[in-house]
Amino acid sequence: MENKSTHFLQGTGLSCIRDDRVLFEELAFEVGPGQVLLLEGKNGSGKTSLLRILCGFRQPDAGQVRWCGEAINDSQFYARMAYVGHLDGIKKELTVLENLTMALALSQPGRYTIQQALARVHLEGYDDMLVQTLSAGQKRRLSLARLLLTENDLWILDEPFTSLDKQGIALFESLMSEHCANGGMIVLTSHHDIVLHGVDVQRIHLS
Amino acid sequence: MSLSKAFFAIIRRDLVLALRRRSEVVNPLLFFMLVITLFPLGIGARPHLLQAIAPGIIWVSALLAAMLSLDSLFRSDFDDGSLEQILLSPHPASVLVLGKIIAHWLVTGLPLLIVAPLLAVFLGLPNHALSVLLLTLLLGTPVLSLIGAIGVSLTVGLRRGGMILSLLVLPLYVPVLIFAGNAVEMASSGLPVDAQINILIAILLMSLVLAPLPTAAALKMSID
Repeated sequence: MENKSTHFLQGTGLSCIRDDRVLFEELAFEVGPGQVLLLEGKNGSGKTSLLRILCGFRQPDAGQVRWCGEAINDSQFYARMAYVGHLDGIKKELTVLENLTMALALSQPGRYTIQQALARVHLEGYDDMLVQTLSAGQKRRLSLARLLLTENDLWILDEPFTSLDKQGIALFESLMSEHCANGGMIVLTSHHDIVLHGVDVQRIHLS
Repeated sequence: MSLSKAFFAIIRRDLVLALRRRSEVVNPLLFFMLVITLFPLGIGARPHLLQAIAPGIIWVSALLAAMLSLDSLFRSDFDDGSLEQILLSPHPASVLVLGKIIAHWLVTGLPLLIVAPLLAVFLGLPNHALSVLLLTLLLGTPVLSLIGAIGVSLTVGLRRGGMILSLLVLPLYVPVLIFAGNAVEMASSGLPVDAQINILIAILLMSLVLAPLPTAAALKMSID
């Protein structure tokens, strides 16, 4: 096993051009254990594009994304990250339990069991409910439960607070602080002001 | 060990989903049966003509039914973001995609095999050709799902990919149609069909090995 403290995500000279419009150029950052990278900027400023580049869904027009010093495709990156995007990535015809079992099968089991993860996001007792009967906020909490379920260091989150209520936001902020305290790292975009106590937050403003 | 777990979990999940969205299973099957029943109605009371073209009718209908069912292969996963999660898995995407294709065949290809004998009798196909018809369907329909998967993975990101999909995929179905149709025709005349069956087996094995890789690569492009 690699030493956890050597894990870091690095972007160097990243550029993204979409429809002849330069979204960002020469962007560089480094996120290490316990750190949060918060991407800010107007709608259409390239926050989601940057996250999708970090996930490897999109190739940067210049520059490179590295995990522990290696290009993400050649490294253990995908075994160490978890992503929650605009789309929840959960099947509405399946039950809560079936969705989480699938998520677990696709990755390595992590710190929490399914039941513990559900309890952490206050969805205990919903195991056998079809996801289509859940509210938007509950669906969001379910997709966030996936983060707790699998073995990972890096969370990549695109607007994680969408459709969460005040308690949901507070709950998730505490989960994020906990993740960082355990040596995890987070890259996220958010329109909400996030409150993370005792966490090293870097901000990148895209314009 | 965990790769095979993920592989079977995907197959299981897609089968459960198909069970809960039955129209996906039933529509292509009904389409297959309806198209075949239209031929006797259109051609009229000419049993010999019908018998002569029965292999072609059954196979062309199977091709069209497979076409019709293809869109459901990745559509819902693409729309709800499950596809992103599958592609972000540390497991090789091509193996997971193969799991999805197998589940798709079990749901849309296998039922054709079950109703085919009934329809063959209906068209007056000789009894001794029935086993060959079933064998060609067993070997040929998985190829339709495998080749179709490449086409769907290229078009799933397009808003109106349906027409392009048929233009892309139908020409690639031609070899299967030729050898399968020919095998059934030869069998109805009592001739040996080993050569055609061997070629179908070869096509199946080749597409099993070769189709999942470009499918996974094209899906990665489509989700951008």
